[in-house]
Amino acid sequence: MSRLKDLQKNLFGGTTSNARQFGMIFTLVAIVVLFQILTDGLTLRSDNLIALFQQNSYILILAIGMLMVIVAGHIDLSVGSVAAFAGILVAKSMTEWDLPWPAAILFGLAIGAVIGAWQGFWVAYIGVPAFIVTLAGMLLFRGGNQFIGNASTVPVPEGFREIGSGFLPEFGPNTGYNNATLLLGLIAAVAVVWREIQARKTRRAMDADPAPMWISILRMAIMVGVIAFAALRFASGRVGTSFPISGIILLVLVIAYSFYTRNTAGGRHIYAVGGNSRAAELSGVKLKRVNFFVMMNMSILAALAGMIFVARSAASGPQDGNGWELDAIAAVFIGGAAVAGGIGTISGSIVGGLVMAVLNNGLQLMGVGTDRVQIIKGLVLLLAVAIDVYNKSQGRFSIVGSLMRPFRRDDSAPPASPPDAEREPAKAAVSG
Amino acid sequence: MSDVPILLEMRSITKEFPGVKALSDVNLVVRAGEIHAICGENGAGKSTLMKVLSGVYPHGTYDGQIIYQGSESKFSDIRASENAGIVIIHQELALIPGMSIAENIFLGNEPRKRGAIDWKAANRMALDLMARVGLQEDPDTLIKDIGVGKQQLVEIAKAFAKDVKLLILDEPTAALNEADSKHLLDLLRGFRSRGITSIMISHKLNEIEAIADQITILRDGRTVETLDVKADGVDEDRIVRGMVGRELSSRFPDHTPKIGEVFFEVRNWNVRHPISADRQVCKNESFVVRRGEIVGFAGLMGAGRTELAMSIFGRSYGVFESGTIIKDGKEIVLKSVADAIDNGLAYVSEDRKAIGLNLLDDIKSSTVAAKLSKISHHGVLSEVEEYQAAESYRKELRTKAPTVDESVSKLSGGNQQKVVLAKWMFTDPDLLILDEPTRGIDVGAKYEIYGIIQRLADQGKGVIVISSELPELIGLCDRIYTVFEGAITGEIARADATPENLMKQMTSTKKMATR
Repeated sequence: MSRLKDLQKNLFGGTTSNARQFGMIFTLVAIVVLFQILTDGLTLRSDNLIALFQQNSYILILAIGMLMVIVAGHIDLSVGSVAAFAGILVAKSMTEWDLPWPAAILFGLAIGAVIGAWQGFWVAYIGVPAFIVTLAGMLLFRGGNQFIGNASTVPVPEGFREIGSGFLPEFGPNTGYNNATLLLGLIAAVAVVWREIQARKTRRAMDADPAPMWISILRMAIMVGVIAFAALRFASGRVGTSFPISGIILLVLVIAYSFYTRNTAGGRHIYAVGGNSRAAELSGVKLKRVNFFVMMNMSILAALAGMIFVARSAASGPQDGNGWELDAIAAVFIGGAAVAGGIGTISGSIVGGLVMAVLNNGLQLMGVGTDRVQIIKGLVLLLAVAIDVYNKSQGRFSIVGSLMRPFRRDDSAPPASPPDAEREPAKAAVSG
Repeated sequence: MSDVPILLEMRSITKEFPGVKALSDVNLVVRAGEIHAICGENGAGKSTLMKVLSGVYPHGTYDGQIIYQGSESKFSDIRASENAGIVIIHQELALIPGMSIAENIFLGNEPRKRGAIDWKAANRMALDLMARVGLQEDPDTLIKDIGVGKQQLVEIAKAFAKDVKLLILDEPTAALNEADSKHLLDLLRGFRSRGITSIMISHKLNEIEAIADQITILRDGRTVETLDVKADGVDEDRIVRGMVGRELSSRFPDHTPKIGEVFFEVRNWNVRHPISADRQVCKNESFVVRRGEIVGFAGLMGAGRTELAMSIFGRSYGVFESGTIIKDGKEIVLKSVADAIDNGLAYVSEDRKAIGLNLLDDIKSSTVAAKLSKISHHGVLSEVEEYQAAESYRKELRTKAPTVDESVSKLSGGNQQKVVLAKWMFTDPDLLILDEPTRGIDVGAKYEIYGIIQRLADQGKGVIVISSELPELIGLCDRIYTVFEGAITGEIARADATPENLMKQMTSTKKMATR
């Protein structure tokens, strides 16, 4: 069993949340395999994978921002409306004020920043709960979208549509594949290997034994294999299609925000605020600034998601972004974030979002109606959060972490109560 | 008094918590119609005893007998003891701020008419009860709109609504100003003349001396003695002797202080309460700290020591009014915790779980949390430096944990405290303020923490220790200030520090500097 244990401990990442990350990815793989079988191979076909990414990139972008909001202990219900509001303004700016599309994108991000500053102001500096502020924002900006757009759709010009429906360009020799996508895959593979080498170096610098070499190699092999498979799939779609531009935007954001949340002081502060805001404050964290930032950042990402959606559907409409907040929140919680804040990762949220996306996509491919898809999605979300709440006392595992528990029986189980726990009543009692 | 019937007798009560004997063989005899005071230091077991009596710790979780009104009582919960007429009023009032006086008085006990609450009757009865406690307010007034003194009276009225026979008051005057305290004490005297029995826990010895008939003194979970105030001619000194009369054992590492010049000074520090603006929590306090010196702050709970420390530490408590901080000869203004940290201050809070640590964190990220800039290069945190810092403190402070990846929530109290100390040592402070640094920590770990504090002082840092344990202050500190009701009432050099004179100055407003 010790090899299996090593494997579980070391397969993904290098921190204590390994088991959980492993569990989440395992769940995603299981769902993909399940639907691959149930749909007779439709799930992993090039065109379906491309569509899956295009249809979900904006939700996953929202999930990045939502993760930070939820980790800080808040919630944002307004993202769908904010996306729609930014979308209609950007569309109008191009059709009516003849703004060139790159400028329109900057304009859209600026709208997001202004809305975010508005909501962040109420949350951070006035102290209105984010739930209320963003519930108000949900109404406010939905109404704003319909007021400005006269509740009708506004088309967007060709160039702008690239960010939503564009693909990596064709170039170089005819290989039968999209060369740009292959190149991207190669870069990703090299990055994975480089990262593994860096991680081993870091472990050694911490006088800790790096994972056994065979595990490092196995891990790299699996990752490179997945990347190669994905790259070939994306590169071999219909001529003219390849890895979508919106997917590239998502990848860049995931990498940048993962880095920010893990490796910078600002990111640490978000976790500190969500974990124990009073303790964070007494450690010199500027509470208001952190809360303002997460709310503002969320609205900027919502504006970006809105623009990508408008670009993909070639027009901005009054119903854009309806229910997005729920998809984004669901992704974050399924991805293992704690309801009370302080816990969660960007990569977990992305995997959580992909679980929902694959579920959605697979059920549709099987011909299940949207009514039943909604019922299933609702149950999955409820189950995820219920298990999270239930397990809070037992060391805060996410749903998928819990699904994995039977497989980890010989792993040192987390003690049911910390050694200090039983001392607590005594402490409280004798402090008379 | 011995001819007066006994209302309550608690016989050889013993209450154990895992690892701690909170009460051992405690006896208490309360006669009908008297005011019986219970005295003891923090942690002597007063509150535990009252929790046993009121059923918070139900029958069967303690040893011993409770004889109440002539027969043995076995209360299973608070409701059972309340039905028997025993009502406890806690230090933290159990009122709902957004409800009216009448609603609070009858909460859980509402007068009903055909299933619905009969508000007419409730208001009428509330007025009657309020008159009995001398509270003149409209029963519809919300609790949050009346002062804390009147809130206390509402609590007592609430007790009367339950037909109280034995009223227990835990530190009833701790949060009250002088006028309100006087009113409350008069009220208790009035109850006595009407035959209601009261048990009162208080740190304010002058009040006890003035009002109590009998005093039972607890120390370390044991009954020391019961004094009859009139017959025994009890005064404050006599009570203090009973409370602290124990040997100071050598629980402290040997230490020869290397004290330098004054480097930190606070002058005329005034701070108001964050919510009730009419309460001043720091009254013109001034003190100095020298390099290499361990300075103690002695005071009873609620004396305002934590408030003083936190208001200095970047105004993290209360509303700053006036005052100056001088460090190394220059005035500094600390408007935020970040300012305080940048100016070399560190504050280790009294409640490490609630406000000292993020319990979701592991040891290494907790260690560096207050000074991330130290491990950042161009904005990027160095995992390696984080690890190295945490590991070196783990070795230096001998924190018992398998690795620094361990979650702090899994550590024992003493080891958590070492992580908190490491977190603040990592910020390279010149002045460390340690608020109850050994609370909830076992003896062995305490000894180690004392050693760490002494080493920090020897490095030329100033250390302020706030503690409710007098032996700790006397054993550890080079100089001790006493604080009473938000004012510094004395300054005592190590050579002169005895529990008796500390306790005296901690319980009186008289300035008696013995230097």
